[in-house]
Amino acid sequence: MPTVTVTFAPQLQRHVACPAQRLVAATLGEALHAAFRAAPLIQSYVLDEQGNVRKHVAVFVNKDLVVNRNDLSMPLAADDAITVIQALSGG
Amino acid sequence: MPTPTLLIASRKGLFTANRSSAGAWGITSHHFHGEPVTQVLADPRDGAWYAALRLGHYGVKMRKSTDRGATWTEIPAPAFPKKPEHGAWADDATPWTVELVWSLAAVSAAQPGALWAGCMPAGMFRSNDGGASWNLCESFWRDERRKAWMGGGNDYPGLHSISVDPRDDRRATIAISCGGVWRTKDFGASWQLIGNGLDAQYMPTELAADPNVQDVHSLSVCAAQPEVMWVQHHAGVYRSTDGGENFTRLTAPMQGDFGFVIVADPVNPLRAWVAPALSDMYRYAVDGAMCVARTDDGGNTWQLFRNGLPQSHAYHLVYRHGLALAPTSGDARMLAMASTTGGAWVSEDAGEHWVALDAALPPVAAVGWAAGG
Repeated sequence: MPTVTVTFAPQLQRHVACPAQRLVAATLGEALHAAFRAAPLIQSYVLDEQGNVRKHVAVFVNKDLVVNRNDLSMPLAADDAITVIQALSGG
Repeated sequence: MPTPTLLIASRKGLFTANRSSAGAWGITSHHFHGEPVTQVLADPRDGAWYAALRLGHYGVKMRKSTDRGATWTEIPAPAFPKKPEHGAWADDATPWTVELVWSLAAVSAAQPGALWAGCMPAGMFRSNDGGASWNLCESFWRDERRKAWMGGGNDYPGLHSISVDPRDDRRATIAISCGGVWRTKDFGASWQLIGNGLDAQYMPTELAADPNVQDVHSLSVCAAQPEVMWVQHHAGVYRSTDGGENFTRLTAPMQGDFGFVIVADPVNPLRAWVAPALSDMYRYAVDGAMCVARTDDGGNTWQLFRNGLPQSHAYHLVYRHGLALAPTSGDARMLAMASTTGGAWVSEDAGEHWVALDAALPPVAAVGWAAGG
């Protein structure tokens, strides 16, 4: 299984501290859930109660935005960089 | 009795305000800087403060303080269970995701730690442990009649008013925009649709009298006589004297009877306050001049109070939770009011005179009171 990195944006870490992690995961969903174990509270900031990525959170795998928020089954490759940021600014 | 502390839930955080020794009201603290707070509750049983946040990116969060706001901890937020993939609710158009916590209520002194939370979408949640965990009232959430609700101006129906019967804590009356008035007699195990007499004039004729589609903006109950209930509806002000089974439309406070909030006097069943607004097409103070209307005869007549409120180009709107009575052991006379355009005022004579807080606040979602510390 590939080794990947998961990084949460500083704006997210303002609420829950969770440093970047290097971990082993076959799919995007596995990587996120493995990363959540380091700071369980952060899961509800990224995923809603149905397990989907929140609509104003953006997940990137390398430079590619994950468009389908309801499907975290995409396979990962070695050294993929997963970045979780907030997707929208507001007033 | 020390002067109570005013809690202001705004789009940019939670503020407290207190009265100085000179008698002026001013902001005394700011919490959750920059974060939308949708509801606040000071639990009269143990003094705990609860704040519901709606983080635009990260969803609904709850915070709790047991030291009057000096420190806060994150507690779980109400959350729906997994949406079924099969069966009657698999194609539910309403997402099973809490968008915001719109109402909070302490149940009773006999059930310490028991809380109700009403949300948008209109789920009803109960905690038995001071917010450490929440359970959805499944029987209500899976009632087929929910499919006829709509959100009105919001994306989804929302549960904004919760009133626990002071005589029997198994009973509570709630109201939903746009889903009418409901009651439980068994601590949420089962629910009855009540609210006959409400009239949704803006709906198709066949539905106008249907209790299940009513856009109740706010429901408030007289604590001393809980059979007396008041409703500010999308189209009119109403009063019930039979525990919400039936409502009668009242005389309009001014040339219109639109608004979002109504507050019942806790002792006098004939007294209530509203913050009138100019019709659903405009939704701001009539003629740009703010007033508060109070009835002392059960809604037959209303007095309009403007002293201390802006009267020229003041396009404030007081939303569902923007008017609140301070707790008192005597006659209820202290009220706070705040608008979606950041104005805030306090009255200490039952709404007849108002003083403005010296602050230009963010949009205010709710005001509440905590006993003086």
